[in-house]
Amino acid sequence: MDIYLPIAEMSVNAFAIFGMGAGVGFLSGLFGVGGGFLMTPLLIFTGIPPAVAVATEANQIVAASVSGVLAHWKRGNVDLKMGMVLLVGGVIGSSVGVWLFTVLRELGQVDLVIKLCYVVFLSIIGFLMLVESMRAIMARKRDVPRRQHTHNWLHGLPFKMRFRRSRLYISALLPLGVGVFVGLLAAIMGVGGGFVMVPAMIYLLGMPTSVVVGTSLFQIIFVTANVTVLQSVTNQTVDVVLALILLFGGVIGAQFGARFGGRIRGEQLRGMLALIVLAVCAKLTYDLVATPVDLYSIGLAGH
Amino acid sequence: MRQLIPFLTILLALTLPDRAQARDITIDLTDPIVSITTGFTGTDLLLYGAVKQAGDLVVVVRGPARDEVVRRKEKVLGVWVNRDELVFDKVPSYYRIASNRPLKEFMNPEDADRLQIGLPNLDLRAKVSGKLLPEAPYDFREGLIRNLQRIGLYMTKPDNVVFLSEQLFRTRLRFPANVSVGTFTIEVYLFRDNKLQSTATTLLTVRKFGVEAQVYDLAHRYSLAYGVLAVIIAVVAGWAANAAFRKG
Repeated sequence: MDIYLPIAEMSVNAFAIFGMGAGVGFLSGLFGVGGGFLMTPLLIFTGIPPAVAVATEANQIVAASVSGVLAHWKRGNVDLKMGMVLLVGGVIGSSVGVWLFTVLRELGQVDLVIKLCYVVFLSIIGFLMLVESMRAIMARKRDVPRRQHTHNWLHGLPFKMRFRRSRLYISALLPLGVGVFVGLLAAIMGVGGGFVMVPAMIYLLGMPTSVVVGTSLFQIIFVTANVTVLQSVTNQTVDVVLALILLFGGVIGAQFGARFGGRIRGEQLRGMLALIVLAVCAKLTYDLVATPVDLYSIGLAGH
Repeated sequence: MRQLIPFLTILLALTLPDRAQARDITIDLTDPIVSITTGFTGTDLLLYGAVKQAGDLVVVVRGPARDEVVRRKEKVLGVWVNRDELVFDKVPSYYRIASNRPLKEFMNPEDADRLQIGLPNLDLRAKVSGKLLPEAPYDFREGLIRNLQRIGLYMTKPDNVVFLSEQLFRTRLRFPANVSVGTFTIEVYLFRDNKLQSTATTLLTVRKFGVEAQVYDLAHRYSLAYGVLAVIIAVVAGWAANAAFRKG
């Protein structure tokens, strides 16, 4: 069944888009990740203009995060105070990000920057995950104790704040900075940024893992909502029809993924995810480096 | 049978003496309006008509004009990057030519140039900071045309006007899914003995219709409300998904 996307202004196969949503949803349920960093490149591969892919994916992540955060909220796994500080940073970062996105779009460089960001982040994260999961698989029998977090210069920063639920007394500048950075990524890459925020919360802020996912989801809702509204206002690139199809597929896929995930070992799962991430990264890199079909490309003036 | 009715109408029109004298060419479309709706995957329209006296026909269809940016990629540190760019002024968003036989066989180059028939004769003007250049750089001009051809918006298949008799003709016009909205002009030129005899023009409207039109309109005219609405839809959908699967 073909469906015409009103904002992307192209006709796509609704089942194919639904299938992509379900596939990425399955993976995100399986691995407990947001999936934005897989969905946006996939949309670009299908021919959706990168600007529309990024803005629309932000819209879809709002829904995915709302449905995810509710479960964590019930179990009390959301550090509201930490979430608020992250959120302030996130709103600042994502607003700057959308502005930057608009400027890059006018310069004709937005597609390149989106793809370069993906190549950089996917390669780092894919590689780290692969190494980590390999190590975990090999060292399964040995029980290596690891310290929660170490004290360094970051803990000497001013504006200290107490985060009771995370059992932390740290400078508010730290979560604020993390929030700004993740907000920037959300706006430019069309991701929630969980794949950067979760490690940052654990290793940089030293938050207990139990509250990390819930708190990051809480922050992601507001940041992606901010991106959705700002992209709508400045670039008119949010395609609600596309977002709805993805969302529908994503929700169903995630449920199956979560059920299936219980049967596989964690480190093997992470190893598999790392390989998928690296494959997407390789394809993006190839597209940037390989000689294009046509050196000349067109775009509408005044955009 | 239904397809015959328009031809019969035209035949009738031709046989009436006063009408026949008034026009050398009579043309019409199966539908003067193309509506882009949810299931739109492009459309075919039939242009049909009649000529008073046999001759050679060229059909030229032009879409609404808009400015296009053409960018050239260069390799920078191993990566292909957009470098030089040039803005083209009022480029037809759609351009199609159809004729009953190859243009060279019945049209002299001067006419083709004057009437802008054929891709090489299209008057594509580049502009730099608002001022039109006397001549657009060849590479950029070719790049522009090549890109528009690749996405199916520029087409030249010079042999698909079909004469059903000495007088009756028809041609099929293809409008792909990525066609832009606005007013299209369709011009038909009649040549006899390598000379332009007469012309006929008709208009076609392409518009978004129904849900597609409303979504597009909201996004562009009330973009803040659209953005907020998009967020609300997402929040409700996320909540509903959670509620549905918690029960199940």
